[in-house]
Amino acid sequence: MSILELRGVAKTYGDGAAEVHALDGVDLTVTAGQMVAVMGPSGSGKSTLLTIAGSLEEPDRGEVLVAGMALRELSRNARARLRRRTVGYVFQDFNLLPGLTAAENVALPLELDGVPGRTARGAALRALEEVGLSARAPHFPDQLSGGERQRVAIARAVAGERRLLLADEPSGALDSGNAEAVMRLIHSACKRGVAAVVVTHDAQLASWADRVVFLRDGKIVDQTMPMAGPESLLSQGQTP
Amino acid sequence: MSVRHALLALLSEGPKYGLQLREEFEARTGEVWPLNVGQVYTTLQRLERDGLVESDGSGDEGPQKGFQITGAGSAELAGWLHTPPDLSSPPRDELVMKVLVATQVPGVDVREVIQAHRRYLVQLMQQWTRIKEEEAGDDLNLALVVDAELFRLDAVVRWLDAADGRLKRAAADPAPVAAPAAAPLPRVRRRAGSRR
Repeated sequence: MSILELRGVAKTYGDGAAEVHALDGVDLTVTAGQMVAVMGPSGSGKSTLLTIAGSLEEPDRGEVLVAGMALRELSRNARARLRRRTVGYVFQDFNLLPGLTAAENVALPLELDGVPGRTARGAALRALEEVGLSARAPHFPDQLSGGERQRVAIARAVAGERRLLLADEPSGALDSGNAEAVMRLIHSACKRGVAAVVVTHDAQLASWADRVVFLRDGKIVDQTMPMAGPESLLSQGQTP
Repeated sequence: MSVRHALLALLSEGPKYGLQLREEFEARTGEVWPLNVGQVYTTLQRLERDGLVESDGSGDEGPQKGFQITGAGSAELAGWLHTPPDLSSPPRDELVMKVLVATQVPGVDVREVIQAHRRYLVQLMQQWTRIKEEEAGDDLNLALVVDAELFRLDAVVRWLDAADGRLKRAAADPAPVAAPAAAPLPRVRRRAGSRR
């Protein structure tokens, strides 16, 4: 089942000589359990694609469907509700609230959505457990390492019944060990049925995805083919 | 990869049989570098000739012949581990050549050429990452080998990205015509391809 669908999505900023086609007719479908990476250089439209997919911004043309619902047909309130309930975001700079503990940060979006405090806290602790941070639940962000902060952000993005995870350079500020841990967590969230879109210019990050699409000047110009199994590398005795 | 030094490393742990050496070599390189048995014996014969290993003198030339490292072998191994490989002169890189040639062939879109290579490399990286995810969890040596491969391929993708950006900027703002023909070539150009 497709969790995210972009159909002919276009977005332009500025006008006249300063006009920039950030997205130009983008089609993209991400199904439940699938992880898609969007690769492209700065200015290729990666971040715009993510903000439009997450309904933080509206396209000029085209349609966006999240969990089968066309965003254009929803009221502003209904869109906000869909954003809170269905979509989780992970950013490069974590975006945790410094005055709240890890558990409170994870529970906050659920509580804002009207989930009773106790239920929200239960869901937050379960999400923290999934990212291996149960023991850090009562700690504040400034008591956590960068890698731990990003794991809290992932817990926040998947807590509750979220079905779509949108990540913008999620390991950009981390060393390679923590970056790998973050990608493992996003990938395991997908194995539990979450659909994920990760935008990045980093090929190592993108290589965790089931499919990589390449964006250039606002257009999808290419994508990876379905992969041969990893055994093909081992059996042919690739000599590095 | 020096099979010679890998065998010395295995023998530095204690005496071993030929067949055992082959199996351990493959296991410890995450089975990414298969080795045929002939290679093992030829290398062992040379190591013995050079005084770096000695056999148990049983006369048996089969897989049950035992070997051990000598003092000279240990010194050779330590020296090799601490000697950086020769990375000083640029290798003749086929991919770099293809991109350079693509800039000159009429009717070829060099950025499409770059993208074709980028896609292939990312697909390879996806396969290595699957190995890391599924099999390298408990196998430290395999994880190290896979990391090395991922960083190597990543560097090539980064070079393609940089080349793509440079070509885009050059197309938007063409540079003045090149320096006079009499100007000396930069040193690196003359050295390019000197290795291998």
